[in-house]
Amino acid sequence: MEIMQVVGLAIVAAVLLVILRRQRPEMAVVLSLVVGLAIFFMVAQRLLAILEFLRELAARARVDSLYLNTILKIVGIAYIAEIGAQVCRDVEETSVAAKVELAGKVLILALAIPIVMAILEAILRVL
Amino acid sequence: MSLNVDLVFQIAIIGIVVSVLNIVLRQSHKEEWAQMLTIAGAVVVLSIVARMVLDLFQTVRTMFQLY
Repeated sequence: MEIMQVVGLAIVAAVLLVILRRQRPEMAVVLSLVVGLAIFFMVAQRLLAILEFLRELAARARVDSLYLNTILKIVGIAYIAEIGAQVCRDVEETSVAAKVELAGKVLILALAIPIVMAILEAILRVL
Repeated sequence: MSLNVDLVFQIAIIGIVVSVLNIVLRQSHKEEWAQMLTIAGAVVVLSIVARMVLDLFQTVRTMFQLY
């Protein structure tokens, strides 16, 4: 089971982090980032399968691929921005973290504009 | 997968070794060398993690079709 590997890695890394954070805080940040990435890569294969399934579902339900792709892009941007903001927050740089989150929100909003326009056009057609 | 787990231990070992060497250098009154060692350790670890972050960005990019 992959969950055992993930939990084992997380516990070992947490113990190492406790030792490292007192002596070398800058390396503790990098180590926690690497642990997060390692766990992500452990489940990446499964995540790809799930996304493939979602695409298949959308194709069967005849959902416009524009909408699904936009949603997936938004999820990707949100994930990346969250990682960056967490790393900044780990070293108590909350202002930089807030800016990263702001940038993520702006980019997500920019991606959502076509969908908002589509909804507006649909409403106008009904009225 | 195991490569990433290896990287975790690699970084932890680098951190512990650097802090031990730091203590030794401080005891022998070589503060400036201890500072250099701290910076060098941070650079080495950052270069390791930069490659991994690039890997993550590529994966997320293909996964969510971000261009």
